[in-house]
Amino acid sequence: MEGLLTVRSTRSIIGVRGSLLFVKAIGGIKYGELVEVSLDGTSVLGQVIDVSKDVAVVQVFGGTAGITPGRTVVKFYGDTIRIPVSSDMLGRIFDGLGRPIDGGPPIVPEDYLEIHGAPLNPALRVPPSEPIETGISVIDGLLTLVRGQKLPIFSGSGLPHNRIAMQIVRQASVRGSGESFVVVFGAIGVTYEEVAYFLKELRSMGALDRTIAFIAPASASTVEKLALPRTALTAAEFLAWDYDTHVLTILTDMTNYCEALRELSAAREEVPGRRGYPGYMYTDLATIYERAGRVSGRKGSMTIMPILTMPDDDITHPIPDLTGYITEGQIVLSRDMWRKGIYPPVDVFLSLSRLMKEGIGSGKTREDHREVFSQLISAYAEAQYLRELSAIVGTESLTPRDRKYLEFADLFERRFINQGEYERRSFEKTLDIGWEVLSVLPEEELKQISPQTLRKYYPKYRASSGG
Amino acid sequence: MSGSVGRIYRVAGPLVVAEGLSKVMMYEVVRVGNEGLIGEVIAIRGGRVYIQVYEETSGLTVGERVEATGRPLSAELGPGLIGSIYDGLQRPEKEIGLRTGSIFIKRGTRLPPLNRDVKWGYTRNREVGVGDKVGPGDILGYVRETPLVEHRIMVPPDVSGYVKWLADDGEYTVEDTIAIVTSEGRDIEVKMYQLWPIRKSRPYQEKLNPVKPLITGIRVIDYMFPIAKGGKAAIPGGFGTGKTVALQEITKWSDADIAIYVGCGERGNEMSDALTSFMKLNDPRRGRPMMERSVFIANTSNMPVAARETSVFLGVTIGEYFRDMGYDVVMVADSTSRWAEAMREISGRMEEMPGEEGFPAYLSSRLAEFYERAGRVRALGRPERYGSLTIFGAVSPPGGDFSEPVVRSTVRYVQSFYALDYGLATRRHFPAVNWLFSYSLYIDFVRGYWDSITNWSVYRETALKILQREAELSDIVRLVGPEALPEEDKLVLEVARMIREDFLQQSALNPVDAYSPPEKGALIMEAIMEFYSLARKAVARGIPVAKLRELRCRTMIAQMKYYTLDELRSKVYPELVSTFRSEFEKLLGG
Repeated sequence: MEGLLTVRSTRSIIGVRGSLLFVKAIGGIKYGELVEVSLDGTSVLGQVIDVSKDVAVVQVFGGTAGITPGRTVVKFYGDTIRIPVSSDMLGRIFDGLGRPIDGGPPIVPEDYLEIHGAPLNPALRVPPSEPIETGISVIDGLLTLVRGQKLPIFSGSGLPHNRIAMQIVRQASVRGSGESFVVVFGAIGVTYEEVAYFLKELRSMGALDRTIAFIAPASASTVEKLALPRTALTAAEFLAWDYDTHVLTILTDMTNYCEALRELSAAREEVPGRRGYPGYMYTDLATIYERAGRVSGRKGSMTIMPILTMPDDDITHPIPDLTGYITEGQIVLSRDMWRKGIYPPVDVFLSLSRLMKEGIGSGKTREDHREVFSQLISAYAEAQYLRELSAIVGTESLTPRDRKYLEFADLFERRFINQGEYERRSFEKTLDIGWEVLSVLPEEELKQISPQTLRKYYPKYRASSGG
Repeated sequence: MSGSVGRIYRVAGPLVVAEGLSKVMMYEVVRVGNEGLIGEVIAIRGGRVYIQVYEETSGLTVGERVEATGRPLSAELGPGLIGSIYDGLQRPEKEIGLRTGSIFIKRGTRLPPLNRDVKWGYTRNREVGVGDKVGPGDILGYVRETPLVEHRIMVPPDVSGYVKWLADDGEYTVEDTIAIVTSEGRDIEVKMYQLWPIRKSRPYQEKLNPVKPLITGIRVIDYMFPIAKGGKAAIPGGFGTGKTVALQEITKWSDADIAIYVGCGERGNEMSDALTSFMKLNDPRRGRPMMERSVFIANTSNMPVAARETSVFLGVTIGEYFRDMGYDVVMVADSTSRWAEAMREISGRMEEMPGEEGFPAYLSSRLAEFYERAGRVRALGRPERYGSLTIFGAVSPPGGDFSEPVVRSTVRYVQSFYALDYGLATRRHFPAVNWLFSYSLYIDFVRGYWDSITNWSVYRETALKILQREAELSDIVRLVGPEALPEEDKLVLEVARMIREDFLQQSALNPVDAYSPPEKGALIMEAIMEFYSLARKAVARGIPVAKLRELRCRTMIAQMKYYTLDELRSKVYPELVSTFRSEFEKLLGG
């Protein structure tokens, strides 16, 4: 029998615990294979997560309510989970297992791919070196996202990360003729209100034709939430590597993903690691984020921007901590900035894009980018120090130079970081605003900028040369 | 053969349990399933054998075949290692890419670690002739593997006897026989490559104390907390503290003959960045690409976890092999925490009693097995030669908290400890090695070397004392402000700042500063100490520190690191000395 019949079924359920189903093993069950559990009239999917001669443990992708030993039928499909992929997925909205939820027809698959993917060959990777323009000044100017990078946003509850996500979905682009660019958007465990917001935004924006969305709401099963990032990245990889496309995948909110992982781990009675999260959470997150990259011989690229909310705004919490160990930098949102009314409220000092230095400059963004970046950061740091000082000694005892710095910092926050939710700024525009803000400071304070660059871009000289 | 073939009983992630394998030994390699996935026996309980599988196990079925190979997991050692990029099972990744035409590493791919088709130019060792008695480690001949590395072909550790036949100079592949040795009437063919089990340390005549420092080109290591050739060091640090950059700099610039970089459970883009820079950058001493003396092991975080352990042991084994040739080898492992986490995962699946934070109780002894393979040795065989293997292990403690089990177990086995500090990193002080928590136990071994260059013993101690005093004073400053301090203390703060900014801070991005030869660090420190001693005299005469801060020699010291050693010696330093003299004469005289 074994090997002849691919679909086999049994009713011998030994036990149920959480979302785990213990089934008396029948011949030929494969580790990782797809399972269908039929309840009265309906059915849920599952996956084999442990199999021995006696027992198979099935992780059910949905509630286990209604499962009755002896009556419920468990069907084994003989293959691991695969999703259909196609370039027709553009403009469509799917659930965590790749099924359309926008009321449209099923897609015509070009291929069926395993959602777990395979690791990129490290020897074939190429270091990322070209930017993606998000149209958001603080990111493009100071935390440039580079094609092939994984750069997360660390947010907190109540901060506008979803609005930033949608702004990036709307605005992100790459330069260069003949380069195709696609955004894959994945929402994991988000509330009804958030889903409604995402759907409204996605439908109203013209960018939908170059976007694929995957949504698993908070009410979705644990396992669908766990599958969603992988499903989204599988579709993204298909477009990146088979269709030479630059794909930016935005995943929000990865904290919900990690919660789902913890729930599953507890159900399996695994030894918990820090704060109850499983010890393999690093590896698990790495298998998601490491799908980012560029490889030699392919034109496309995989860029990943996960968004997560830090519980209690604590950056040492295991979720941001392990994420930070995997990703190439982080964009940290600040509650203080948000209270000041600044959007996007990015904490420039805690944020970092590790691959930025390779992705900016002449031919990529603009020749003055590096210098403007260093100058803005160092001037803002100086201003921040002076702000603390003036809080103690009062502004009266500050020198005129110091007061210029305070003025600079305010302008930097209000003019450079702060921008409209629907305002799209090019790299040039961002850098020009940078210059405008810097011009508050006396010329001799701009130590990070070479005299040549200064003469070319400093507003005073630009105006006089008529350009 | 009954007993060497069994059947799968259970599959749980990377752990497979098999039945019917009665004739296996611990750590034997087995082939699992119809695809023959590579696994290793990690426990035998009753009639069941627990196998850690090094490849993805999805799709395996109960009842599939499991076959014992009779051999422990071994490394292939021979010409072709240098410049290779291996995964944790020593599969050559570049060749896999070429052979499969895929950008992914698919499971079940099999390729020999050393290329079988390449012909190497072989020169026979004229000291060995037919009829001679040879033993383990005796050098039979030489292969010029790269312009930087002469590969010495040695008699394998388990072979000895009389030479019956020797190959002449010529072109040979690694599989060609280059000598026949007769032992107790049996002929043994010696090839250019040999196998060695990765979990077992390679034999040597004796282990010796280290005598020379390993020069890494990083001032805070070389001058402040030196490491000896054959030493072992740990570099713990949270994310963003510059761990990987520090390790890459060590691998790049250290004055070892061979560098081995093990990326174990870390970022793929970082690996590719390291690879690219190793091909582009030249070795500062010999002017050739660094790749020509390096071996890479890249098992990124998304590759099978079980192979993290093998990648670390594979790296050490390759290191010992080159050490046995008489070379100084440096090996870095980034990061040992990921390896420890892999141990935790497997241990959990085996349902072993967990130790602290879920790590297995044998974590500590496993780390010891690894670090203890470092050392300086007198190698086996003739001609007599000495080699060393220096190990740097990165540790990535969660939340940057050094009290976690991996850091705590590691410090028991290493002699140098470089604590990377998040606070320093956010202040952009790189390398972010915290001078108060770091230490080296090699001071006495390298004293002779350093004291022949500069007044090291005195200066180093003075500098550390100043930094310690700064830490004490900074508490007071926070309360009363710097102006309330007496002038002597202000001077201490000023000199401490010079030590931090002008000496300890070093930019990996600045082409001149990235590699700092020991003599250069010595000159900068001499200048700072000279300034300190003159300034103390000035302060004693009532000259305020604020005035000293404005001296031109102060700025000149700050500029020193941006000059090459030659420029410093020929021009900058003499100029500085005369500036010192004139400025202080003016101050003290007037």
